[in-house]
Amino acid sequence: MAVDNRSILEDTVITTKVEQIANWGREYSLWPMIFGTACCAIEFMSVAASRHDISRFGAEVVRFSPRQADLMIVAGTVTYKQAPILKQIYDQMPQPKWVIAMGACASSGGFYDNYTTMQGIDEIIPVDAYVAGCPPRPEALMDSLMSIQDEVLKCRLGEARNEAYCGKLDHV
Amino acid sequence: MSKHFEPFLEKFDTTIEASEKLNKNLTVHIPSSSIKEVIDSLKEEFRFNLLLDITAIDYETYSVKKKSQFYLVYILRHEEFFHTITLKCAVTDPEDGVETISEIFRAADWLERETYDQYGIHFQGHHNLRRLLNHHQFVGHPLRKSYPITKGQLCTKSDDLLEEMNKRLDSKGLLKCDHGGAYSEQEDSHMFLNLGPSHPASHGTIRTLVALEGEVIVAAVPEIGYLHRGFEKSCENHTYNQIIPYTDRLNYCSALSNNIAFSKAVESMIGITITERAMAIRVMLMELSRIIDHIVCLAANLVDMGALTNYFYLFNPREEVYDFLSKLTGARLTNSYMRIGGMTHDLYKGWNKDLKEILKSIEKGVDDSLSLVAHNRIFHDRSQHISSVSAQEALNFGFTGPNLRASGVAYDMRTTNPYYNYDQLDFDVVVGSTGDVYDRMMVRFEEIRQSIRIIKQITKHMPEGSINVDTHSVILPNKPNVYTTIEGAMNQFMLTIDGVKVPLGEKYDSLEAPNGELGFYIVSDGSGTPYKVKVKAPSLVAMAAYADMIEGSMIADAIVNLGSLNIIAGEMDR
Repeated sequence: MAVDNRSILEDTVITTKVEQIANWGREYSLWPMIFGTACCAIEFMSVAASRHDISRFGAEVVRFSPRQADLMIVAGTVTYKQAPILKQIYDQMPQPKWVIAMGACASSGGFYDNYTTMQGIDEIIPVDAYVAGCPPRPEALMDSLMSIQDEVLKCRLGEARNEAYCGKLDHV
Repeated sequence: MSKHFEPFLEKFDTTIEASEKLNKNLTVHIPSSSIKEVIDSLKEEFRFNLLLDITAIDYETYSVKKKSQFYLVYILRHEEFFHTITLKCAVTDPEDGVETISEIFRAADWLERETYDQYGIHFQGHHNLRRLLNHHQFVGHPLRKSYPITKGQLCTKSDDLLEEMNKRLDSKGLLKCDHGGAYSEQEDSHMFLNLGPSHPASHGTIRTLVALEGEVIVAAVPEIGYLHRGFEKSCENHTYNQIIPYTDRLNYCSALSNNIAFSKAVESMIGITITERAMAIRVMLMELSRIIDHIVCLAANLVDMGALTNYFYLFNPREEVYDFLSKLTGARLTNSYMRIGGMTHDLYKGWNKDLKEILKSIEKGVDDSLSLVAHNRIFHDRSQHISSVSAQEALNFGFTGPNLRASGVAYDMRTTNPYYNYDQLDFDVVVGSTGDVYDRMMVRFEEIRQSIRIIKQITKHMPEGSINVDTHSVILPNKPNVYTTIEGAMNQFMLTIDGVKVPLGEKYDSLEAPNGELGFYIVSDGSGTPYKVKVKAPSLVAMAAYADMIEGSMIADAIVNLGSLNIIAGEMDR
């Protein structure tokens, strides 16, 4: 459609739900907050660089300020020392928000089954997508980003997500 | 006996309980009461002025009975960098511990804190003996043999670091004390700000609490350990070859270099020499790792200065290196390509052609990037004379690698203590002059070029032959042998279940990794699992110097300084 043809624009009406148009906009403008701690963060740098180019999915505006972000990508090992910080940053993000656990460590602790490593970030915050790999290839992260985009379409306006979640650092 | 050791042994003849010399390494046992005196004299009189590492060993479950449960280990190197002295002393009571040496070597400050944290050995007179790696609510000392490996402890709240900040301000005369001697609130003129641990410019997970006067940092308190993921404890529960994937994740920007460093340390303990071809492949991959490590450091730091284009110029060739590594090892980042005694498999057909193309792109990336910054006024203003470190200070801090060379000290283990075939290769050791951010970055740019030179020489004369040593007790047998002969099957089974057996003893072995001297102090009880592994991590000492370097400078300078030191949290926190 030639959108520069003003007569078409003036006469055209699209009917849709407010929720759908909002979600459609959200889907292609996710602003990720990178909680990068370890090796996976280096792979995230590759995802952002020109070859893989996360901006093709509208998610290149990497915000390190949680208050401006709606997608948290936890890239790397989260230790017990790091856990309260992860929780605080997650809490600072406005609703609706989504979380990707990138890599084996964030998903389950990986092969660090020891005294210092959190056995998966889902013990403290809710997770929407887990990405396998140590670290995952960039394609795997992009795949999970697309799965989050599908989730975004199902989002109900004004409804907070994962309200019922209660992790180890809630109520302590 | 070398002229470096003889006078020392003579002077402390009555103090030294036992000594053992191997090539350029001397190990001496001394009583814990004379540690400070001996180290002071080693530094001032005998010029052993680089402290490499301090660690402890818990001999509780060791196969040989020792007279004390805990021993401390100090490793020092001579100013000409050829000779190394390892001091060992028995600690009778960890509560009493030993005297601190943090006044002699500034590098000892954090190394002693780490030893206290992990083993509970006290250092009398240490100005700030707090935990370093584990969180402040942690109870116990995890590297003691009695501590169960999986016993995690939840941390509910981060340390506010105010007590240490107040101490720091007090030491600079910037704090008002009230009448009771207790610290009052900080002065009104200071603003406290946390840089990190989750901040794009904190390069991973480093936290620095700073007290600001306007934009100038008057006091800084760094806190590390956010990525302490128990590498050393995990080593004590895995066979030597199983540890190789863990070493990948130390300095994850150049995983192969850690693989090689660890394999080399274990091989030197067993006493095997790898084949010519394996050496050449290792040196080639080591230099390729150095290139991609420096690229991450430079690209990220230039982004922090606002030069985003460089990131793309430098990261594109890095992607090509990843393609090469995936083709060769099966993984982009965490390669696990080395094995004790050699490597998993040989180079693939056509590697030479691929590598040539990659080197061309890297050269182009470096040239393009330098064409943007080399004569760029903004880059010069942001980096020159920022956070300068003199050669003397750098040695005192315990710096190695590019950070030390930037200060003008020509110490490169590839030339001072050549291993593999480095002595047959033609390359320059790159040194800076003032040790500022500019030098640290430019040394890395030039080292990329030197590494390319080395790789080109190796690809021209790649030796033929086997990649693995021909020793059944180290290398797995060929698959046809395993499937058709009982000897082969048993060999495979024993090596897989028990692991490669390393003779009883302990040894420090190191090489020149991209970030500096990467060493492993390994204690073996004769089995296939190490009794203890300690990593001498170049990033740790660099970070320990950070507070002193940034005090008095602006916040923006502190950010570029952190980038130029190339702190890799995985290696620093282990």
